[in-house]
Amino acid sequence: MTPKTKANEAHESAKPAQVFDRFEIRLSGSGGQGLVLAGVIIAEAVSTLDGKNVVQTQSYGPEARGGASRTDLVISEGEIYYPKPMAIDLLLAMTQESCDLYHGGLKDTGVLIYDSHLVTQVPFARSIGIPFSQLARHEIGLPMVANVISLGAICAITKIVSEAALTKIVTKRSPRGTEEKNMQALQLGLKVGKEALEGSKL
Amino acid sequence: MADVRLLQGNEAVVEGAMLGGLTFFAGYPITPSTEVAEGLARKLPKVGGKFIQMEDEIASMAAIIGAACTGAKTMTATSGPGFSLMQENIGYAYIAEVPCVIVNVQRGGPSTGLPTKVAQADTMQARWGTHGDYVAIALAPQSVEETIMLTIRAMNLSEEYRTPVILLMDEVLGHMREKVVMPEPGTFKVVNRTKPTVPANWYKHFEITPSFKSPMASFGDGYRFHVTGLTHNEEGFPTSESKKIHDKLFKLQNKIMRYVDDICEIETDGMEDAHVAVVAYGNVARAAKQAIQMARHRRMKVGQVRPITIWPTHDKKYHEIFSSKSLEVIIVAELNQGQYVTEIERVAPKHVKVVSLARFDSELITPDQILNKIKEVR
Repeated sequence: MTPKTKANEAHESAKPAQVFDRFEIRLSGSGGQGLVLAGVIIAEAVSTLDGKNVVQTQSYGPEARGGASRTDLVISEGEIYYPKPMAIDLLLAMTQESCDLYHGGLKDTGVLIYDSHLVTQVPFARSIGIPFSQLARHEIGLPMVANVISLGAICAITKIVSEAALTKIVTKRSPRGTEEKNMQALQLGLKVGKEALEGSKL
Repeated sequence: MADVRLLQGNEAVVEGAMLGGLTFFAGYPITPSTEVAEGLARKLPKVGGKFIQMEDEIASMAAIIGAACTGAKTMTATSGPGFSLMQENIGYAYIAEVPCVIVNVQRGGPSTGLPTKVAQADTMQARWGTHGDYVAIALAPQSVEETIMLTIRAMNLSEEYRTPVILLMDEVLGHMREKVVMPEPGTFKVVNRTKPTVPANWYKHFEITPSFKSPMASFGDGYRFHVTGLTHNEEGFPTSESKKIHDKLFKLQNKIMRYVDDICEIETDGMEDAHVAVVAYGNVARAAKQAIQMARHRRMKVGQVRPITIWPTHDKKYHEIFSSKSLEVIIVAELNQGQYVTEIERVAPKHVKVVSLARFDSELITPDQILNKIKEVR
């Protein structure tokens, strides 16, 4: 251990905790899968209900629809300076294309969560596969709720957002008449996420 | 309890405009500013305000000038291509001393450029966009929460100084969502223009007072009211008398420059003993702040300068900020080919080296890029 000189102390006190207090999430897939909405839901839940700071950004562009689409979140207890990700803690990949495109941004200690039905080549060891699209189709009977199942799984695996806050915002953001299906999807996501985490080596 | 929301930068402009007392918006939607128009189209009519979508940006600017002359608090929002079209009428607002706010959510250019990508390449256009001599006021927020406050401030400055004020945003800030604690009513200032109190036959619309501030009657208030883009006398009628021309232009300059202490906000951090200073405005200031934290962690003495009011330049304040003997290099980081750097070169001490960190590939400058530049120059 280095001796505590005056310069050292000044340096220690100037050390900003915020630089490292960032949890960075990238949700990726193809346009139309509802990933931007999923990002907004996490952002709203952690900021307005869990009391954390958050910045949500997304890729815009005519190529987004149908092509690779992504949204990024930076979550912190402290002030967030740089608004875009620097080293990703959690990558959600809902397609092989997005997985190939974005896995390079993961930090060594990061986690990849992928749709095990659509992503067959897994490029990152610290990963958890869940067949989101299949679960949505067969368990819930509504393919479009794959994003909500993934929200539940993210919540169970990372605990970055509280279950209560997530439930509240998913309900609030569900189109009328789909609240029940979305709740089922979220519960399913929480369950499979927990199981997958227990079964993984993470 | 605090009102905490998740808002987009463009939605923050809407919230700020409503809190600042906006009553009239005219615009022509353009990416990446469209959400400003959308939000105000929903909110303004509910409080008795007017929203009008014009045929183009030229007409939008004309409409807000006309509305402002009737007493309305006005705004338009656009991006680069629209900002170019507005320039002629923005000049009209300068010479006719009409309060109004122009929001420019910058995208890549020139021309149609990059509708969905970020840039800060209208920095100089905000200062010199229209022809002739005038002093522009432009503000550059760095976060969604600050966008609310600076929108209110832009409206306040335009009312206080009877002049157009430009709110210079960018695509990333306009579109990103961030946690915001809404300002409580009563915790911020709302300025409304000074109205004349003199009898109608004494009133001069463009009176040159010792303070260079002249009260503004609304069209229809019963005061003689003449507005023209021709250089005019105090009554508002065209003049070709050299003294009156000089007095009018002198007023346009000094009604702003005399008040730079009030108008110009520059945030500084750690400049007292810094060897390197990073100057950045708008969104890029956040990458700079992150980079500076990383640099200090490596025991480098780096300070930050963030112009919040990017125009006009407060020369004296910059001389003070850059006066530290330890300062050797100033890095100016911006999303263009180097625009504000020329202004910083002008106000920096002669012995201090000013270097540009310019990025113009439609992506944000990253903290690593700034950190590398800091390592390179020190």
